Amino acid sequence: MSEKKINIRMSGLGGQGVVTAAHILGAAATRDGLISTVNPFFGAEKRLAPAESYVRISDRPIYERGEILNPNIIMIFHPHVITMGKCYTMPFFDGLQQAGILLVNAEQSLSLGGKDLVKLAALQARIYYLPATQVALESGGTELATNMAMLGGLLGITELVSREALRESLAERFGGGKFVASGTTAALDDVLKSKFAQFDQLLEKNMEVVESGRRSVWEFRIPGAVSA
Amino acid sequence: MQQVVSPEHLLFEARREQMFITGSEAVREAIKRANVDMAISYPITPQSESMHLVGDIYKEGYLREYFRGENEFAVMSAIAGAAMGGVRVFTATGGPGTLRAFEMFSTWAGARLPIVCAFMTRGVNSPLSIQPDTIEMAFMLDTGMIILHAENSQDLHDMLLKAYCVAEKTDVHIPVGVFADGFFVTHTREKVEVPPADLKLPPYNPYSAPVPAMDMENVPFRQMRDPFVMKSNYISYAAHASWQQEILAAAERSRKYLAKYLGGLVDVEYADAEVLVVASGTAVSVSREAIKLCAREGLRAGLVKVKSLRPFPAEEIKLVTRGAKAVIVPEFNRVGWLCREIKAVVEDNTKVVGGPRVFGGMTMPAGLIISEIRRCFA
Repeated sequence: MSEKKINIRMSGLGGQGVVTAAHILGAAATRDGLISTVNPFFGAEKRLAPAESYVRISDRPIYERGEILNPNIIMIFHPHVITMGKCYTMPFFDGLQQAGILLVNAEQSLSLGGKDLVKLAALQARIYYLPATQVALESGGTELATNMAMLGGLLGITELVSREALRESLAERFGGGKFVASGTTAALDDVLKSKFAQFDQLLEKNMEVVESGRRSVWEFRIPGAVSA
Repeated sequence: MQQVVSPEHLLFEARREQMFITGSEAVREAIKRANVDMAISYPITPQSESMHLVGDIYKEGYLREYFRGENEFAVMSAIAGAAMGGVRVFTATGGPGTLRAFEMFSTWAGARLPIVCAFMTRGVNSPLSIQPDTIEMAFMLDTGMIILHAENSQDLHDMLLKAYCVAEKTDVHIPVGVFADGFFVTHTREKVEVPPADLKLPPYNPYSAPVPAMDMENVPFRQMRDPFVMKSNYISYAAHASWQQEILAAAERSRKYLAKYLGGLVDVEYADAEVLVVASGTAVSVSREAIKLCAREGLRAGLVKVKSLRPFPAEEIKLVTRGAKAVIVPEFNRVGWLCREIKAVVEDNTKVVGGPRVFGGMTMPAGLIISEIRRCFA
């Protein structure tokens, strides 16, 4: 049996929750009996600076370390990653594998450069858009849930993890008082928790955002590209 | 309430539970079970979270004392004082923090203090970097400390507990540094198996010390007054020479305990291979990936994982490399300190390939090692 390995790169801006989204996704994969490793990459951390995290999911032991250089899936949490180059790689899809998936948080499709589209077409990449920030605001009442909408969008494209495992991982991450986040992340956690009277409410709202994200994702067809 | 159990039970027999945690959290889990009396912290990326988490378990009652020092030099000095006082201690630092405290590491070894310190390796200035790089290990090799290098969070957790077991043996009784690559281990979340949290190591027995506490001014061993410092004469030279040799001998005597607890100084897979990859830390993991992919092409390379750098597995490496036609040494630093160590013990060292070397925080693509393996088989 050949190895089934998925490499996911999440690029966003500090404060959007790329590290937390990766944590929850990796924990869910582990709950589903798969093997996963998760790690972030950032400079001295600050809000709105480029931040990336990486999730590797496999049915075999994972040995690679550090950045994911050849992702199957790239999740872009903010249009500025593309339009303003707030990204550790140039272009933003550098290293994307053949027939890879792009999921972009944007209200409408971005006008990618002609060269980028040609390269993406040659890779037979599948491009998906999702207004994740809007979804988070409408379903969750806070843009801090953008990362949950993005996870929903991902599950709308490919069922990487089960709904139950995702729910349990969310509960674990936000439930107990045990999780120690860095100072700025802890501050954002507090903001999030203060918005909900009860933990159950926070969990349900997050799952609603996930569901709404799953429904709102749509595929962008590259003009003139042969479909994969 | 925690129950004291034998190191053998805690490390090898107790049923383990799986956690999905970061390397920093693996440090917390180890220290929770290590029966540590006192920990002192000073933050530096990528270590800060580890000692923060140790502070959290102090609040939960797992440690008797914990505070934040003024800087790394002060922390390492205070840790020395606490260890001289006869308690089990823990601290951690990394990169520029390691260098800032540097004088103390030889002092710990010279004073025969069984301190366990975690080092989360990071690039050293300048220009500034907070990213992973193992350059500081090059500087640490000759401090007199025992130097262990963890491949992943599981290693980090296990090596910290085992470090106490080795450090506190009377015929060893010198400090142990457990090194883990910053971010690649500290911030990477993965499965780690830990023994039950209600078990812990036996307490440190200060009477296991082979020497009296060495103080600057106080009896029984006054460094500032007695021959070590104050006399420029034969007695002073002889005292230093014999003492320094004794520190090295203590590290040598740790081999039997490292064999018992770590299962040897190296792990070897497919020792008969024509091409061997020798590595330590997360470079081992990347090597495993490269070796796995090369095997699919029919190129079967072997792997030597170096777990202990001091003492150095000179005989083990000399023997295992004897039949190989090439020895590849991938490293996460610019100078290639592991390659220098390997070249010093391989009989025909013209077959040692220095590199690939990746540094300054770059990720090492498995492809770099694969290219070397292909070239060596060709």
